[in-house]
Amino acid sequence: MAKVLNIKDLRVHFKDAAADRFAVDGLNLSIEEGEILGLVGESGSGKTVTAMSISGLLPREKADVGGSITLDGQEIFSCSEKEMLDILGDKLGVVFQEPMTSMDPVMRIGPQVEECLKNHSRLSRGERRRRALEAMAQADLHEPERIYGRYPHELSGGMLQRVMIAAAIISRPRLLLADEPTTALDVSVQGEILALLKRLNREQNMAILLISHDLNVVRRLCSRVCVMQRGKLVEDRAVEDIFREPRHQYTKQLIAAIPGRDKRLI
Amino acid sequence: MKKRADAFLFAGGAISFIMVCVIVMGWFWTPYDPTAMDAGAKFSHPSLQHLLGTDNFGRDIFSRVVDGAGTSFVIALCVVAIGCVAGIIIGSLCGYYGGLPDLILTRVCDSITAFPAFLLALVIVTVAGPGTENIILALGILFIPSFARIVRSEFARCRELNYIKSAKIMGAGGFRIMFRHILPNTLPVLFSAVTIGFNNAVLSEASMSFLGIGIQPPYASLGSMLSDSQSFLYSAPWYALGTGGAIVLLILGFSLLGEGLQLKR
Repeated sequence: MAKVLNIKDLRVHFKDAAADRFAVDGLNLSIEEGEILGLVGESGSGKTVTAMSISGLLPREKADVGGSITLDGQEIFSCSEKEMLDILGDKLGVVFQEPMTSMDPVMRIGPQVEECLKNHSRLSRGERRRRALEAMAQADLHEPERIYGRYPHELSGGMLQRVMIAAAIISRPRLLLADEPTTALDVSVQGEILALLKRLNREQNMAILLISHDLNVVRRLCSRVCVMQRGKLVEDRAVEDIFREPRHQYTKQLIAAIPGRDKRLI
Repeated sequence: MKKRADAFLFAGGAISFIMVCVIVMGWFWTPYDPTAMDAGAKFSHPSLQHLLGTDNFGRDIFSRVVDGAGTSFVIALCVVAIGCVAGIIIGSLCGYYGGLPDLILTRVCDSITAFPAFLLALVIVTVAGPGTENIILALGILFIPSFARIVRSEFARCRELNYIKSAKIMGAGGFRIMFRHILPNTLPVLFSAVTIGFNNAVLSEASMSFLGIGIQPPYASLGSMLSDSQSFLYSAPWYALGTGGAIVLLILGFSLLGEGLQLKR
C-alpha cells in the first residue's frame, strides 16, 4: 500500500535550547493509506513538535529542521511558501486540542467550515455552502443549516470539535492530523468524537495520525502505536502487541499509568 | 459596570446624533448666511432672531457655529480616515510579519511621536501653505503612528492565537489571514481608538485655526471664532460661550461613545 506520510530522520532543534537537546531526534515514521496511527508520549516528548513540522507551523526563525517529510509523495521541507499553502487544508487536515480557541470568534460557523474550499477551489458560493453542509452532516452535526449561521460562542465544546472536524475533512484530505482531539472534552463526548473519527477513516479511506497522551483513546482507535520519549521513537508496533507485551521500559510505565487498569479507583 | 457603559453609550450617542443632525442641516440650510455681514446688528444679544447673538461684523453666530462645526467635523473625519487606513496598513504588516521592516517602521513612528505633534503640523502647514487640504494632510500624517501602534500590537497578539494558526493550516494566505481573520477581531479596540482620534483631530484643528494657521477667514471655523471672540469676552460673552460650547458638545459626544465602548469590551 502507498504511504501517505513518510518521515525520515526528522530532527528539530530549537535555537534557544542546549546544543545537544533535540526536540525531535532522528524520527522515522510512516503512515499507510487508510491507517490510523497513534503517537503517544508524555509532555515534552516531541509529539506536538512532530505535528507542527508536518503542518509547517514550526517557526523557521526559531527552529532548525533536518531530515525529510513527504506527504502523499511531496517533500514538505523543499516546498515554497506558496506550495505549502496548496498542501495545507487540501491534502492535510488538522484538528486541534481546544475547539473553543481554534475558531474565529467573530466569524460565522459556515464560512469557517468552508475556509479550505475558499483557499483551494473556485467553487461558487452556493456550491461551497452545499459542501459545507454535507461535511457538517458527515461530522454528525444535526441540523447543519441551523448551525451554519451561528457564531462559535453559541455552540458547545463537543459541537465545536465536530465543526472543526467538518472543516478539516471538507476537501477530503489524504491525512488527518488530530492533535489531542478529545482532551478538552468530557468523557461521553470523547467517545462520540472517537467513533466519528473511526467512521470517517473507514468511509473515506482517510489516514489519521492521532496524537495523544491517553493510551485508552489510542487503544480504541488505532491499529498501530508509536511511542515517543525525549524526541526519539522508542516503540512502533501493532496496538494489541504493545498492550500485551510492552518491550520498552517507558511503554510499560505509560501503560501502568492508565487509571482503572488492574486496580479499581474507587 | 454594564449600567455605566450603557449610560455613557446612550448619552454619547444622543449628543453625537444631535450634533451630526445639526451639522448635516448646516450644509443645506443655516438661519443666515454665515459670512454675510450686517453693520446694523453688531453685537446683538442672543434673541429669537439671532439664537447666539451676532459678532463684531454683525454675522449670526449660530449660523457660523453650525458652519464651523461642519468644517471641523469633515476635517476631523478625513484626518481620522487617513490615520486609520494608513495605520491599519502599516500596523497590520508590521504586527503580522515582524522582522526588520517592523523594527524600522516602529522606530519611525516613535520618532514622529517624539516631536510635539503640533510643531510638526505647524512645519507642514508653513511649508505647504494654509488651506483645508493641507491641514487634513498634516494632521492625517500625525495621526498615523498612534493608529499604527494600536493595530500593530493587536496583530502581534492575534498572530499567536489558535484560530489564526488553524486558519493558516487550512491554507489561508497572509493577506486573507490579516484582513479576513485578524482585522475583524481588532475592531473593538480600533473603534475606541477612532473615537479618541476623532476628538484629538477636532481639538487639533481648532487649535491650529485658533493660532491662525488653520481655516482662513472669512470661512468659519470653531478655532478661529474662539480666537476672535477673545477680544470681546466682556462685551459679548455669548460669542465665546456659544463657540466653546459647540466644541465641548462635539467632543463630549464622541468621548462618551468611546468611553462606553471601552467599558463594554
